[in-house]
Amino acid sequence: MAQRAVAIAPRWPGAAAAALVLVLTIGTLAAVGWRAEWQRGLSPADWAAIRFTLTQALVSAGISVLLAIPVARALARRQFRGRSALITLMGAPFLLPTVVAVIGLLAVFGRGGMVNGALAWLGLPTITIFGFHGVVLAHVFFNLPLAIRLILQGWLAIPAERFRLAASLNMPVGRLLEWPMLRAVVPGVFLVIFLICLTSFAVALTLGGGPRATTVELAIYQALRFDFDLGRAALLAAVQFGLCVVAAVVVWRLTALGGMGAGLDRVVQRWDLRWPALDYLMIGLVAAFLLAPLAMVVWRGVPGLALMPDSIWAAAGRSVVVAICSALLCVGMALALAMRGGRMAAVVGVMPLAASGLVVGTGAFLLVYQFINPARLALPITVLVNATLALPFALRAIGQAVDGINRDFGRLGASLGLSGWAWVRIVVLPRIRRPLGFGAGLAAALSMGDLGVITLFAGEAEQTLPLAMYRLMGAYRMEAAAGAALLLLGLSLAAFWLCDQGGRGNADL
Amino acid sequence: MLICDNLVLRQDDFTLSADVAFASGKVTALIGPSGAGKSTLLSALAGFLTPVAGRVLWQGEDLTGLAPGARPISAIFQDNNLFPHLTISQNVGLGLRPALRLSQSEVAAVDQALASVGLAGLGNRKPGALSGGQQSRAALARVLLAQRPIVVLDEPFAALGPGLKDDMLDIVRATLADAGRTLLMVTHDPADAKRIADQAVFVADGTVSSPVATAAFFDDPSPALAAYLG
Repeated sequence: MAQRAVAIAPRWPGAAAAALVLVLTIGTLAAVGWRAEWQRGLSPADWAAIRFTLTQALVSAGISVLLAIPVARALARRQFRGRSALITLMGAPFLLPTVVAVIGLLAVFGRGGMVNGALAWLGLPTITIFGFHGVVLAHVFFNLPLAIRLILQGWLAIPAERFRLAASLNMPVGRLLEWPMLRAVVPGVFLVIFLICLTSFAVALTLGGGPRATTVELAIYQALRFDFDLGRAALLAAVQFGLCVVAAVVVWRLTALGGMGAGLDRVVQRWDLRWPALDYLMIGLVAAFLLAPLAMVVWRGVPGLALMPDSIWAAAGRSVVVAICSALLCVGMALALAMRGGRMAAVVGVMPLAASGLVVGTGAFLLVYQFINPARLALPITVLVNATLALPFALRAIGQAVDGINRDFGRLGASLGLSGWAWVRIVVLPRIRRPLGFGAGLAAALSMGDLGVITLFAGEAEQTLPLAMYRLMGAYRMEAAAGAALLLLGLSLAAFWLCDQGGRGNADL
Repeated sequence: MLICDNLVLRQDDFTLSADVAFASGKVTALIGPSGAGKSTLLSALAGFLTPVAGRVLWQGEDLTGLAPGARPISAIFQDNNLFPHLTISQNVGLGLRPALRLSQSEVAAVDQALASVGLAGLGNRKPGALSGGQQSRAALARVLLAQRPIVVLDEPFAALGPGLKDDMLDIVRATLADAGRTLLMVTHDPADAKRIADQAVFVADGTVSSPVATAAFFDDPSPALAAYLG
């Protein structure tokens, strides 16, 4: 139909980005499939890992959703000071490095933590955070905010007119408006969280372990790192890939991570509210549950900063470099794919969602270990994998912006003869500063805090900050680990904030 | 002479055929009911729509396969004529150099073009800081500077009030038409055509009529045109 409704852009960068993503996803998967010892089958321990993975995901998702419903309802109908700050805070766990949250949770629920201190003072038996319930607790900590935000979106999607009509007719709002909404929204939210928990590695690494609390990804790590049993690692990676594909397809169809926090500032006016205390109690409890571990990270981290070994600073430097490289690579790939557009870019852009960092890492390990010491590639591979894993989120933001530019200004650009790099430089880059900054910030924060693929590759000399911190925890140097956690938290948030603010600047869009 | 030689255009299930010639240096108004294909015809002339059959010829040269930017045609659309993130000077400068690396003399030419549409001194502003009428003038300045012999205007001033629109039409007449450019303008409003056009064509029922001098076009309308004008 239209000949050139968009200006001509160079095509090779998109092809290069697509090739890189394909090598990292399909290529590593092929390596896993080729190396897996299929005839060996799954051992009882492997089945236990699959069972544990599924059970903890089921329970984590169930608890997250059940707790989220009353909190989302309270947030939907109450206006109070700090409400929008609280909702923004609920977007933070996406950026929060897992090990940092674990340190915070340990400080609250761990052996010497606040809760056990209180229990001991009351003369009650203490609780332990390691094992099944620790994994579930951490997953609820990460996913309860996501559940609240998604369900809150559902609540705010009910038109205000319906509440007005219901009030004037004295209709039961809960049964006629809220229940149907929940029935439509909650199953999707439950599935999303179930599937996120299926693929979580760092939580199981730090709080799980042992024969009764090992996930599939943890089993891959142990097979590769401790037993050097490549056949078993590859077989487990294939199993995990199967789980991930289901996860990815469902997550992609049901969530809208693109709209991080847009439009949640509204409160619907209601006429049927009687028990404000209950709502505020729920909000207060959740805020405490989310804030206490974060506060403890800061509280314990400040004195810990002085106790950190020097190697932490070197590790932090490596993490910053990794974050910068992977942010640049991620937005570069996203821009190239967005400019190229079409079905190919769309498919390539969602493929990383089906890839778990551990599976990609295992494949990469299998591809390179015969030729080179994997430790020497630890940082480049961490950059590549993290840039690729963040690509879908960056591409979603940048792709929409590029489509909008083509729609609004494609004809003008074409009729002026703007093409190639001039089109990119003069029109595209200045107009996508915001999503570009957002995407770069996301990629930087995610790779800054990543404790996934790096664990498969790095030795002492290549460790990044999250890995160095994890090793401190493993050596029971909790004070120093708390200092490292605070440093890591600061670096991750600063990376996101700097990029995101850089994109907001004074742009007339 | 701009010639549509047995041109057939198709968009979804809509088809328009045009076999018509527009004399050089004339202003032609394209009039007809909405959905009749006026904008489709301009899109094809400007190079945004590939014809199913036929050719577009300018002074004997075949334009049919050329990219929009390579045609001797400037376009002014209904909206989005300026990039909001560039200054007015930069927007106008694009007409001269799409890569925006302007020499000293080209910068002076941009200033001169701005002055000729009454925007002297406003070059450093962004479009958002200008009124709708001023934005239209800036787009016009760019077309002036681009020096392409044909200008197509797709209801360019529809968003302006009647007084401003008349002002803009007068400026178009004084700058572009009097400089000998060939203008094709889509409009809904017979008054626009009477104000600026030398001739008019009626676009309806999938065809384009031959140009008729504007006065005769309205004084002695065909039955279909009479029905449209009401």
